[in-house]
Amino acid sequence: MTSSEFPRQVADPLEDLKPVLKVTGVSKEFPGVKALSNVSLELYAGKVTALIGENGAGKSTLVKVLTGIYQPDSGEIELDGSTKEFKTAHAAALGGIAAIHQETVLFDELSVAENIFLGNAPKGRFGLIDKASMKAKAVDLLERVSATIHPDTPLKELGIASKHLVAVARALSVESQVVIMDEPTAALSLKEIEELYTLVEQLKQEGKAILFISHKFDEVFSIADFYSVYRDGEMVGSGAIRDTTQNELVQLMVGRPVEQVFPDRLSIIGDEVLRVDSYSHPTEFADISFGLNQGEILGFYGLVGAGRTELMQALFGITTPSEGIVHIEGQEVSIRSPEQAISKGIVYVPEDRGNQGTIKDTPIFHNVSLPSLAKTLKRKLLHPESELALTREYTERMELRAAALDQHVNNLSGGNQQKVVISKWLATRPKVIILDEPTKGIDIGSKAAVHHFTAELAAKGMAVILVSSEIPEIIGMADRAIVMRDGRIRAEFSKRQMTPESLVQAAAGIGSAA
Amino acid sequence: MIRRLLTSRELILALAILGLTGLIALKFPGFIEPSNLIDAFNDTSPLIILALGQMVVILTRCIDLSVAANLALTGMIVAMINTTFPSVPVPILIMVAISAGALMGALNGLLTWKLEIPPIVVTLGTMTIFRGLVFVLSEGQWINAHEMSDSFKAFPRNEFLNLPVLSWFAIIITLLVVIMVSRTPLGRAFYAVGGNPNASVYAGIDVGRTQFLAFTISGALAGLTGYLWVSRYAVAYVDIAGGFELDVVAACVIGGISIAGGVGTVIGAFLGAIFLGVIKNALPVIGISPFAQLAISGAAIIIAVAFNSSYRNKKGRLILKREEAADG
Repeated sequence: MTSSEFPRQVADPLEDLKPVLKVTGVSKEFPGVKALSNVSLELYAGKVTALIGENGAGKSTLVKVLTGIYQPDSGEIELDGSTKEFKTAHAAALGGIAAIHQETVLFDELSVAENIFLGNAPKGRFGLIDKASMKAKAVDLLERVSATIHPDTPLKELGIASKHLVAVARALSVESQVVIMDEPTAALSLKEIEELYTLVEQLKQEGKAILFISHKFDEVFSIADFYSVYRDGEMVGSGAIRDTTQNELVQLMVGRPVEQVFPDRLSIIGDEVLRVDSYSHPTEFADISFGLNQGEILGFYGLVGAGRTELMQALFGITTPSEGIVHIEGQEVSIRSPEQAISKGIVYVPEDRGNQGTIKDTPIFHNVSLPSLAKTLKRKLLHPESELALTREYTERMELRAAALDQHVNNLSGGNQQKVVISKWLATRPKVIILDEPTKGIDIGSKAAVHHFTAELAAKGMAVILVSSEIPEIIGMADRAIVMRDGRIRAEFSKRQMTPESLVQAAAGIGSAA
Repeated sequence: MIRRLLTSRELILALAILGLTGLIALKFPGFIEPSNLIDAFNDTSPLIILALGQMVVILTRCIDLSVAANLALTGMIVAMINTTFPSVPVPILIMVAISAGALMGALNGLLTWKLEIPPIVVTLGTMTIFRGLVFVLSEGQWINAHEMSDSFKAFPRNEFLNLPVLSWFAIIITLLVVIMVSRTPLGRAFYAVGGNPNASVYAGIDVGRTQFLAFTISGALAGLTGYLWVSRYAVAYVDIAGGFELDVVAACVIGGISIAGGVGTVIGAFLGAIFLGVIKNALPVIGISPFAQLAISGAAIIIAVAFNSSYRNKKGRLILKREEAADG
């Protein structure tokens, strides 16, 4: 960003602002994914810069680079005019970059004062912690963030907003010049958000340079001075908030031709397989009703935390809904465990592949046959040959690349692990398959294979629910899309009605779609 | 199949056992007389049976510290039945022992499953309860050999093909556990639950129920061992097999059953028990005091665990290297 990009007619002499933090040409690559490609960012003292982008745009990678968790492959980070290299998170914190994460990284069992000074406590004689001065300093810092919390209070007794205040006090304790707030309002109530805004004002007055990451446009427009928009690991735009509009930012965020090639498919929609009516959960979602037909791909779009995964977990019997009726092929069913869901023909490919999808330290064929073991038994005993045959049948259809089917899953790439998970579910011959972010974090080639296969499943008459936070994937694959926000269905689009803008607007709650 | 059962770890342990036996035989040739080897195996049989039960529990990421107390309580129960009703035939007593043990195991399992209490806490508690019950039942009295019926005492000592019945129990149970673990859906579920409980839930496996069944199996085997122990040594009292649960866990750990769950083989647990058995039988021969024996058993455990973790680290580093290579 150069100063000439800023409009000159504005009253503030913006050209005179010198960045406190300047990121230039930073790139970071992971196997198969270019997470950041030559990005830049500037933060100014006493100003809030909003970082905006879809999931996977590279925002969190940048935060991790700035806080010393990742090392950039190339590029420079300048703090106060001198180039810095943060080898560890501790070095970044001491260097003056503090981060407040979405879920606070604090210790429940320690007191507020101990949390503020953990790893950096004032030392007294013999190098022991000087409790009195620690407490006095904590009182001081808490006052600066206008928190009425006693420093001896155990952290676990505080609400999320107060925990945020403690995290900020901790940030101030090392005299940070830069404060990064990574979706700080995600878990806050309205009143707590107000308090956070006051705090941001306070930090601005103290001359901190603030990086504010958020999905919520109203928030960005009420507290940010500048913005940077990232897309697919690149910076696609930046400037002053007052010179832009919500629609302009949405355009920047999603505005791309759909580059990925999605399989051509002729949808042959059959009878209704799944019918969900007034489905509610005590805390996660409410009043969900929709139908799903044979041969149909139904997209679920929404921001992180919209309740999509929670809805799918309830349909799969992991959690229990408070009310609502589910019909499968016209029959009312009550699903209270994954076992029942599988036997009724609903399967779920979870988002958290590593944790929920596979049992890594076991062979591929053990993973694939696990929910279908009953079908492979010979004289009530396991029959490895049948298990292997079953596994071969489905992994070949998924074009799994593995040296052998008794290879352990942890030796496979992310994309191939995902193919193992999907093969496992196909082997149960389901009626409804729920794919939750099936291509998150996998390479382009595997993505294409998953898309191709999803299309093939639908063509064979299976009913597919595709939960995705990638707009091109929803538009490229789904016959119909449902958008959720705050646990409710906010909009439904047919294939023809879907546009990137309409999806984002419905998901973020702006414009007419809200 | 054989290749899979005898992965390098088990092979190394087997070689260690052979090497150890060889070393002892160099100084005390009598140690490898067939009759002595049979005695040693027979002595180790209770440990083998208990270790196999423990292995199943550990595979599901749990631990059962109550096995020795369970053994003492079932042993006391069958001994008291025998002294009160000498006409009850041994097979019935064995059924009673297995059922009583299974009930105690099921109690551990239920507390873990339904109340979600950590298994180490549950079994630490039931361990004390079972021991206490032995005292309550027996009023602290011993039941001695002369009070037991002859058939009661003779059963485990009967020989079949030159091998005592006690040893046959260890062999047959090993084979049954091999089949259960490697050829039944339940066995597969044990590995799945320990390997990744989250993914197991998503695969439609009831994690709590699987752990409950593991505890029940471990309890049943402890109950069976209760009868075998009391009849073989022809005595029942409060403190029999005191602290034996630690030997049982040690046999599993030495045998490569991962305390983190999901990893381990029957052959491993079997060899782990044999390894401890050889040490226990050989050290008195060499003339080392029982206290040094404890220290040596302890050292064997730590060496086995260190061996396990260094093996794991190496694997981790290799993966990292691969990623770095792909990165650059």
